[in-house]
Amino acid sequence: MNAFLAIRNLSAILRGGSQRVLRSVDLAVEAGEVRGLVGESGAGKSMIGKAVLGILPSAVSIVEGEILLDGRNLLAMPQKERRRTIGTVAALIPQDPLTALNPSRRIGRQITDRLVDILGWTEANASARALELLDEVQIQNPQRVMASYPHELSGGMRQRVLIAAAFAANPKLIIADEPTTALDVTVQKQILKLIREMQARHGTAMLFVTHDLGVVSKVCQKLSVLYSGKVVEDRAVSEFFAEPRHAYSKALLAATPKYTDPFASLLPVDEAVIASVDAEVKAADREWRHV
Amino acid sequence: MSEDEPLVSVRGLEVALPDLTRKPLFGKAPPIKILDRLDFDIGRGSILGIVGQSGSGKSTLGRTMLRLIEPTGGTIRFAGQDISHLGEAALRPFRRQAQMIFQDPMSSLNPRHRVSTIITGPLRLNGFDRVKERAAEALDHVGLPRSFLSRYPHELSGGQRQRVGIARAIAMRPQFILADEIVSGLDVSSQAQVLNLLEKLVRELDLTLAFISHDLSVIRRLCSHVMVLYRGRIVEHGPVETVFDRPQAAYTRELLDAIPLPDPNQANWLA
Amino acid sequence: MLDGRGAVGRRASWRLILSASWLVFVLFLALAAPLISPHDPLEQDLFAARLPPFWMHGADPVYLLGTDSLGRDVLSRIIHGSRVALTVALIAGLATGFVGSLLGLLAGYLRGRTDLLISRLVDIWMAFPPVLFAILLIAVLGTGLSSIVIAIVVIDWTRFCRVVRAEAMNQSKMDYIASAVVAGQGRVGILWREIGPNVLPTIVALLTLEMGIAVIVEAILSFVNLSISTDAPTWGGMIAEGRTAVYQAWWVLVFPLVVLFLTVLSFSQLGEGLKDRFDPVLR
Repeated sequence: MNAFLAIRNLSAILRGGSQRVLRSVDLAVEAGEVRGLVGESGAGKSMIGKAVLGILPSAVSIVEGEILLDGRNLLAMPQKERRRTIGTVAALIPQDPLTALNPSRRIGRQITDRLVDILGWTEANASARALELLDEVQIQNPQRVMASYPHELSGGMRQRVLIAAAFAANPKLIIADEPTTALDVTVQKQILKLIREMQARHGTAMLFVTHDLGVVSKVCQKLSVLYSGKVVEDRAVSEFFAEPRHAYSKALLAATPKYTDPFASLLPVDEAVIASVDAEVKAADREWRHV
Repeated sequence: MSEDEPLVSVRGLEVALPDLTRKPLFGKAPPIKILDRLDFDIGRGSILGIVGQSGSGKSTLGRTMLRLIEPTGGTIRFAGQDISHLGEAALRPFRRQAQMIFQDPMSSLNPRHRVSTIITGPLRLNGFDRVKERAAEALDHVGLPRSFLSRYPHELSGGQRQRVGIARAIAMRPQFILADEIVSGLDVSSQAQVLNLLEKLVRELDLTLAFISHDLSVIRRLCSHVMVLYRGRIVEHGPVETVFDRPQAAYTRELLDAIPLPDPNQANWLA
Repeated sequence: MLDGRGAVGRRASWRLILSASWLVFVLFLALAAPLISPHDPLEQDLFAARLPPFWMHGADPVYLLGTDSLGRDVLSRIIHGSRVALTVALIAGLATGFVGSLLGLLAGYLRGRTDLLISRLVDIWMAFPPVLFAILLIAVLGTGLSSIVIAIVVIDWTRFCRVVRAEAMNQSKMDYIASAVVAGQGRVGILWREIGPNVLPTIVALLTLEMGIAVIVEAILSFVNLSISTDAPTWGGMIAEGRTAVYQAWWVLVFPLVVLFLTVLSFSQLGEGLKDRFDPVLR
């Protein structure tokens, strides 16, 4: 397998605790592929994206495993080399377009920063590229947007700017962390379309973190379902929606609202399912401690 | 007062706020209309879903119906009484009959009060007796153990907090409850639980419910009627089956088409 | 769910323990001053003037921290000086906190004209240079403990007012306020039951800070000889006297300065420590 991003047996704990927050996670994203990472809040889905980008909060420490980016283990690299490697090949599309842009700097600068600071482009080249990108994410009048401040743009526009910024340095891998959660449905549809188009055109590998199975079914080819930091199902999207295997995945799918079939959806997750998946997690923990 | 009369009756409702971005140096800021001439009724025992995007005015409408905001035009009748411009003192009887459940249970539960204070406070204020007992019963109703009375909000999970919010609203046995985006912050598993709970309570306690949401799938499941708001105006209003099966307004169709169903074969969704 | 939330417990912090211990110690000194001070703080002995502290050559071990230029015992004067310092800290701190917080709460919750009036008053007030303002006030009111307390309240209420107003405004936007209105709660009830408890941690933090500031202001006023009276020992007064003979008898300056510094530091650390330890909502 020549996966561009491969996470192997990754475990993390909260500093000062013994409970794992990531439990021997295995996950791969091949070049040109979008993998959905699904789970409920607290399942650790954002944490995996952060681990890859090296921006885990200081309270979380990785205790074992590998994160291979293009075959090289990020966790074995010295700090400086790791930062440079991540900076040149990976990028993030963040969740909240409101806080992800610095409110007191112009849009143009915020897109060109990486190109100039990390990749050493000239200001002129970087600006030209930024214009091109804003055009590519279908922003009208890119010249003016370059010169504006974040508060002058709508939520959807800001998210487009963040997508442009993410693709600026032609990354091989993009981590999209709930990129449409803060948006209205009609805007969400446009943004998902845009992300998918950009991804396909650039052949980028993408890890798409979301809680919304509806969104996964539209954007991703593969998905991993996460519960309590453990991957409970890893499937191709088409197979998963036809027939989820794990009891928790089934329950999750049944709980997802569906206006076309209101009475077969929105079914509460059975306590027994939660109990069984909790037991599964505990069993995995016991085994892990024996190793 | 007849039984057929709607519980809530809204006519020509307008809410305008001063637009401070266009305020001249001297003089008053020009008004900007948040709600524009709304007419609708909510029948007793029905569940009205109110849907719209952010900025459509749906939250403002909710807060105006509960008179947290005073309308600048039109009337709101509750059980036949015009409450549009009553003062706080005159609103007291109405306040006992109309309660609200909020979107963010973290910010709607005072972080420094225990659950018991959160539920008994409004009861005491409105002169109810046996407040402790009523609070405990309210927790029974929402399926939380009575031991939760001594907890603080931050010790609860998101779904549990939202149940406490519901318990507070039903403890006074109101006729009408307004629920403002109450499941949008919850995970799907707790979302389904809270919706089922709400459905049960409406039946058991004879409630009339207005349910504000941006999620049409949730509205389809819970509500008997739906009203679609767009930029402060009603673009569509009717029974859910009619609106979902044969949407009249182009905007409703656009809204429905934009929902990503959990189904990879949904016809050319990204095309 | 088996996630790691809530796994990080709270530890009693060193800063809380150390600062509280020091303040309790100073409080003890103040209360027991007549019993524990080895000498009368006012008793002069010109034959024993400028004796160094006990470990230095030429010291008289009866005067542990030495004597000043009039032969008064430095240790006893520090112990007695703590009475003035703590009285001022407590009374002035609480009074300032009460006045400022009340106005801040009213401005932040009621908004409108009340807010306009109070906020403009704060703006105007803050345009006066505080120390000059204090000196001016004392000159008008005359020296004495009550004058100092009044001066501190008059100067510093704005500090509470501004912060508490901002906090009250934040809290007013929360849904639990709307929820209280829906429940039929009146304005006074909302202010007292809903907003008050949420602003309290901020007020406590400011209060401890203010107590430290009150100690400093008293010291400054003593330094310029505008405090209580010339003969009652105060830390600021000692520092002022010590300054004149700093090359011959540094200890007259340094010891009260160290005690003053530790006390002010402890007050500010106490506030932070209390917040860390007891605020249930802190995340």
